[in-house]
Amino acid sequence: MKMRGAKILIECLKEQGVDTVFGFPGGAVLNIYDELYKNSDSIKHILTAHEQGAAHAADGYARATGKVGVCIATSGPGATNLVTGIATAYMDSSPMVAITGNVPVSLLGKDSFQEVDIAGVTMPITKHNYIVKDVKKLAETIREAFYIAQEGRPGPVLIDIPKDVTAFETEYEYAEPKTISRHGELIKEDDLIKALELIKAAKNPVIYAGGGIIRSKASKEFLEFAETIQAPVGVSLMAKGSFPAAHKQYMGMIGMHGSKVANMSVSRSDLLIVIGARFSDRVVSKADRFARKAKILHIDIDPAEINKNIRTYHHVIGDVREVLIKMKGLMKDSYKHEEWMEQIAQWKVKYPIRVTTENQRPRDILVKIHEILGEEAVIVTEVGQHQMWAAQFFKFSKPDTFITSGGLGTMGFGTGAAMGAQLGKPDKQIVSIAGDGSFQMNCNELGTLAKYNIPVVIVLMNNHTLGMVRQWQTLFYDKRYSETNLDHPIKWVQLADAFGVKGLSLSATDDIESVLREAFAANGPVLIDCEIPIDDKVLPMVAPGAPIEDVILSVDPITN
Amino acid sequence: MDRYILSVLVNNHSGVLSRIAGLFSRRGYNIDSLSVGTTEDPEVSRMTIVVYGDHTVLEQITKQLAKLIDVLHIKELKRKDSVYRELLLIKVCATQQNRSEVVQITDIFKAKIIDVDAASVSMEITGDQDKLSAFIRLIEPFGIKEIVRTGMSAIGRGDETISDDMNRKEM
Repeated sequence: MKMRGAKILIECLKEQGVDTVFGFPGGAVLNIYDELYKNSDSIKHILTAHEQGAAHAADGYARATGKVGVCIATSGPGATNLVTGIATAYMDSSPMVAITGNVPVSLLGKDSFQEVDIAGVTMPITKHNYIVKDVKKLAETIREAFYIAQEGRPGPVLIDIPKDVTAFETEYEYAEPKTISRHGELIKEDDLIKALELIKAAKNPVIYAGGGIIRSKASKEFLEFAETIQAPVGVSLMAKGSFPAAHKQYMGMIGMHGSKVANMSVSRSDLLIVIGARFSDRVVSKADRFARKAKILHIDIDPAEINKNIRTYHHVIGDVREVLIKMKGLMKDSYKHEEWMEQIAQWKVKYPIRVTTENQRPRDILVKIHEILGEEAVIVTEVGQHQMWAAQFFKFSKPDTFITSGGLGTMGFGTGAAMGAQLGKPDKQIVSIAGDGSFQMNCNELGTLAKYNIPVVIVLMNNHTLGMVRQWQTLFYDKRYSETNLDHPIKWVQLADAFGVKGLSLSATDDIESVLREAFAANGPVLIDCEIPIDDKVLPMVAPGAPIEDVILSVDPITN
Repeated sequence: MDRYILSVLVNNHSGVLSRIAGLFSRRGYNIDSLSVGTTEDPEVSRMTIVVYGDHTVLEQITKQLAKLIDVLHIKELKRKDSVYRELLLIKVCATQQNRSEVVQITDIFKAKIIDVDAASVSMEITGDQDKLSAFIRLIEPFGIKEIVRTGMSAIGRGDETISDDMNRKEM
């Protein structure tokens, strides 16, 4: 059937099962928006306040559902406004398709009005990108983009479509989406056998779990694996939720804000089993001192992660879930390490994540949220102290319940991502834990939450400062608080109200539970302005560049 | 630091060169030369990339290249199994008095004179990098006016082709 490009695009989105897109219209995407208008009963378009919000929303949607998130922006500034959101998705391997309009083909390269070479701009932050100059190639390009976004290690793909291509007509024929293979057949059995031998021979194995477990939906297999080999589990930020936090083998995070037990055990381990993780500098800190007694066994889907930051002793390349299933099939003996687990248990008692006055109030708030909502709630964060507190104090037990910008560390991620997550998971309560610094960056999206009555609850940890930067200035810059004071006279409750969002205030002495319950009962978006002390700290902490076993548990002696 | 020669088959699209050049610059890989042209298949281009680094760097370069959707196949061409060639165009000062000396060196190296002027001679020469360096060293005293080099191209010895290698690895 003959159709114009814009309609082909919509039909291809339908082929892929897309029912929600986030975006902002403009000149170069007028034809696309015209088709969206005609197809509004099959594809819901969410109009964000800013294209960055749309990109984060698509990312949040993808992370909450595992499906591809889609965002649309016009040419030039519309496209460049997506960039931070695309980079965020890229760093955390989130499947996303970004669609941008561009000036007509004949005007490309002429510095036309609202022209930007967005394919050039996004080359380093996409898995792949396209400029479609021929309408005959449009359908196959869109299908390929969705495939690439999901296949192997997921990530964002951008399709740039000049305006005239959306107007030209060509034949369209429906096609089934290509199946995403996990390529289990490519996993080498010899590699698995050797991995099992290493595990069997190890005395003090430690598992370092990464976000790959969540992306590959391998939590069940991972739990089974960890219990079979009886090794303690430390996680990266991205792996929160991949393993139940209440489990006796769980040690918390490894790295800069990791637990003492996790960091210590990595340093004493003789075999570090790394699963779906990539040795981020926030985990490794000082590379030449990281796990220096351990052989490294690395399991990952991306061959380029092997030996990138840390040399491995042995590796298995493949989808984590497939690897774990195949490994289970090959297990013959007992792989338990009970003595070592005994030692870990003792350390866990000796070095708990201490509750000090240094973060009592934020902790009380977070624990109460967890108590009220339980393990089903989805926690989204911005970036900074509140993000680390959320990671430390929520006892996550299920995958896809913690959505955070780990790799890029994007302040301003939270509101958009929470919006996307809520639309992807309408039956779940989505809570965005925010800081006043991060929240300010994209607080315009409050209007979007109100417009569509998206019932996200934003818990704003308001310390009137860029808390994480201030913490570093306190510890390493002799308290020279350069440009970290946020003493603007912003009245957050009134701001929320102005946007049509219910605003609540939680002062330092107010009862936490009653305010939270009021928020969760609202059936609409709520912002809670929570007053917290300006000098609360994220602890434990490893100083930048220090080996991870040098954990600072309290900073009182330093600040005094 | 060692030198490695990578032969890379890529889709013959616009933008592929910038993807590859961008990858090298943003990851800080040292690239000595990159030459590219179409192959027997018009849809496919072949690049010869000369990189410097240790073996770890080579491993990363290869894996990062392999992640690019437009990269179809990568093969390291080792010296003992391959022929390396580069084309050099050079313009040298040559007067009537010393032109015959220049021509003599040209003959020894099997270079070819492609243009002659009252004050200069232009030549072309192909060979591996050692040969070209030796030629430049000998011709230098006459006064080099300009040099153009294509960067290295390389091909494997024997009957096997890079496509054979690709097909075998796909199976």
